[in-house]
Amino acid sequence: MSILEISNLSLSFGGVKALQDVSFRVPENTVTTIIGPNGAGKTSLFNCISGFYKPQQGTIRYQGEALAGNIKPPKRAALGLARTFQNIALFRGMTVLDNIKLGAHVHMKSGLLSALAYFGPARREEMAVRKEVEERIIDFLEIDHIRRQPVASLSYGLQKRVELARALAMQPKVLMLDEPVAGMNREEKEDMARFILDIREEWGVTVLMVEHDMGMVMDISDHIAVLNFGQVITEGLPSDVQNNPEVIKAYLGNSDIESLRKKLNAEGEAA
Amino acid sequence: MRIGDAKQSYEADEAIWTSQTQKLWLGLFLLILLVFPFVVDSYLLYLGCLVGIAVISTTGLNILTGFTGLISLGQAGFMGVGAYTVAWLSINTALPFPVTLVLAGLMAAAVGILVGLPSLRVKGLYLAIATLAASVFLHFIFAEWESVTGGMGGLSLEPAHLFGLAFQSDFMMYFIIVPLAVLMVMAARNVFRTRIGRAFIAIRDRDISAEILGINLLRYKLMSFALSSFYAGVAGGLFAYFYRVVTPESFPLSMSIFYLAAVIVGGMGNLLGGILGAAFMTLVPEALKLLTAALTPFYPNAPVFMSPMLEIIFGALIVGFLIFEPHGLAEIWHRIRRFFRLWPFRN
Repeated sequence: MSILEISNLSLSFGGVKALQDVSFRVPENTVTTIIGPNGAGKTSLFNCISGFYKPQQGTIRYQGEALAGNIKPPKRAALGLARTFQNIALFRGMTVLDNIKLGAHVHMKSGLLSALAYFGPARREEMAVRKEVEERIIDFLEIDHIRRQPVASLSYGLQKRVELARALAMQPKVLMLDEPVAGMNREEKEDMARFILDIREEWGVTVLMVEHDMGMVMDISDHIAVLNFGQVITEGLPSDVQNNPEVIKAYLGNSDIESLRKKLNAEGEAA
Repeated sequence: MRIGDAKQSYEADEAIWTSQTQKLWLGLFLLILLVFPFVVDSYLLYLGCLVGIAVISTTGLNILTGFTGLISLGQAGFMGVGAYTVAWLSINTALPFPVTLVLAGLMAAAVGILVGLPSLRVKGLYLAIATLAASVFLHFIFAEWESVTGGMGGLSLEPAHLFGLAFQSDFMMYFIIVPLAVLMVMAARNVFRTRIGRAFIAIRDRDISAEILGINLLRYKLMSFALSSFYAGVAGGLFAYFYRVVTPESFPLSMSIFYLAAVIVGGMGNLLGGILGAAFMTLVPEALKLLTAALTPFYPNAPVFMSPMLEIIFGALIVGFLIFEPHGLAEIWHRIRRFFRLWPFRN
């Protein structure tokens, strides 16, 4: 069964067609990866699913129901669509702990008055979240040594991990990771790959990922969709995708340099 | 020195005051606040009350500008709304001061929500200009709506009262203003221990990703405006009870800038900074006046020479702080604390 089903999605900014008639599915409890060259529309697709961009055409079905265009990003977060960002989007003025707690925001209810008094429901709720964050997330991602630090002081790899922690605090059903291992060294990449697999297996969360590191993509993905110039070229198992001639062409270009150049010029004029 | 503060429960770890030393200093500080009015002269008492009012208003603006990242030049206008509400209520009703102050805060909060509406679309300097327009508009209403505000002449009001007790002197007002200031700063601190405070900071740091993480921007921006102007309204109400006269000129635009400066000099997004900034902005001009008086016996011309210099020195001090201490006065305090953390063993 597919937890997320994208059908005929089209998105354009003025004359630029970011996504054209994109259709693919994300099977439940898998690691599904979207690959494709830079500018293929991968992040735009994430932004459509998050509700930040409104596609001109097509539907996104989540758990069997269409996500209407008027469902705003905060509502989608509450429905269980969590994500991390390509350029780390942590809140620099907060500690690691507060950043992670912020992820639980949509599942908390206390209002302004009880917050001002920090009494009764607000206090109990904060304590419950603290316990949850500490014992399920901070422990799992092995970041207990940095919980009191401001995020701005952390290394890139740790920041990525904190961002993952924050997304997990959102209690997601689908976790969208935008380039989770970009810019990491080998050890950090291996850690992250292990976390992603554990999130799928132990937490039962479906992972939808955009990633350029082909080694990792082929190792941990159950399902891959290939995007190029806003269109899905193919989708399937890693082994199928790897040997698909269209995919090779998308990454390496035509063997005929001259026709490639012509094609690029034509694209340039169209834009 | 601060050692051995390992915690055994999340409850203990989430507390604001985590060590005995901190609690001791806090108790001492509250004791000083309590004893202060009994030992000082009327001038210092007057200043103490002014600082208390400024602390409340600065904390309010800090919530909005320092923590939520929404620059506002409307603070004086919101204080005016609170002051006029209190003045009108005390003339036309017999309500005691706790009720009138809460109503003043709520009235200012309602106006704050209206003024905050553009904040979903405009940010930064553009929002500052939008709030500036609102403050000009409010000033116009204060001056022209004569049947309610008394026009340019303003309103005079009776002293604050509760259970038949009238708070006439500065000495008595001190016992309304300062406890209220302590209470309201504590309440603000509480907000920043909960999801609401985190949402404010998230909006300041990255509003777009805050929205994708599930924070309703309009709702929380308006909440911040409401909370901030509630503080301003209460401060304005206290101002009205303190001076017992309210005119449109009580809340000029320069007052909004005064509070913005207090937030910046103290340290944006830091409650302690708001307190220090409010005290600094209120007391330094007075200290400079005292300095002039102290110099007069030695240099008879000091008043002539110093009075035009006061503003310049004050301005230079602010510029100096911005250059040498861009994170505000609160950062100086944090440095001192870090120094004594393990003192005398290691620095």
